[in-house]
Amino acid sequence: MRDPSPRAEFAAGAKAEVPVLFGVLPFGLIYGALALQAGIPPGAALAMSSIVLAGSAQFVGTQLFAAGAPGALIILTTFIVNLRHMLYSASVAPYLSRLGLRWKLLLAYLLTDEAYAMAITHYQGQGTREPGNQGSRDDRQDQRHWFFLGAGATLWTTWQVSTAIGLYVGARIPASWNLEFALPLTFVALVVPAAAAGTHPGGSDGDYRGDPD
Amino acid sequence: MAHPIVRYWLVILGMGLVTYALRLSAIPLYGRGDVPPAVRRALRFVPPAVLTALAAPAMIRPAGGVDLSLTNLHLVAGSVAALVAWKTRSALLTIAVGMAMLWALAAAR
Repeated sequence: MRDPSPRAEFAAGAKAEVPVLFGVLPFGLIYGALALQAGIPPGAALAMSSIVLAGSAQFVGTQLFAAGAPGALIILTTFIVNLRHMLYSASVAPYLSRLGLRWKLLLAYLLTDEAYAMAITHYQGQGTREPGNQGSRDDRQDQRHWFFLGAGATLWTTWQVSTAIGLYVGARIPASWNLEFALPLTFVALVVPAAAAGTHPGGSDGDYRGDPD
Repeated sequence: MAHPIVRYWLVILGMGLVTYALRLSAIPLYGRGDVPPAVRRALRFVPPAVLTALAAPAMIRPAGGVDLSLTNLHLVAGSVAALVAWKTRSALLTIAVGMAMLWALAAAR
């Protein structure tokens, strides 16, 4: 079993994230533009991208800010929209258990949908070990957390840059373009495939079956 | 009541805190009990329910009152986008087609 260096793992993580960036970049642009239209101060809108670091929650939050919703409701909605991250957390926890607290705190911050998808694939894809059963690999030589960091950092950077560009360009977009309609469309894009997957056997959740069999 | 700018920052900070708490949750606790499968399954349905509740009003009543007719351009464009989402599973394509539909319908009217 080859054990890549931290640098090689980091680079591999960054590289794995590249195809995803083509989807993330326009989202960041749209978010920046919409945040401006919603009346969020540009500095706060930019800070939201690093403080919250969650596309769909930021879109929802922006919509609620624009509607003048109370702060507590916005925070509660963020909590609900991001509940799935608890599952990601439970899913990567075994692989991070031997790391120091600082690594855990950092990787938890970077645990976005996209970084999770790449990191968990990397963790599960490399053969032998279920967590706790480390097999032939020496724990001290396992550098896969650098892969996670590489994927997370790449995504983080793209999100910040695209938000900044969106804020800059967004001020020049006329209201007649109805750009705010991109928000509900984003939710449709998230919900419909998930709902469709749940309605037939072999979908993501085996408990609900649309077809009698 | 806090100054509006302060309010933005406080709410954003709160959003960040709950998000971070959810992401961190299981990581330091690993080995001290697991999420029960029933809770796991239930959690999976929460985000779709919330997102549907947020998306529906923009399509069903874009101008304030419920409008289910074909003259409701948002509903037509949204339905086409839903079809694209179902067939392609591409978020970007869904948004692109939905926006293009809305613009085309508005221009044609």
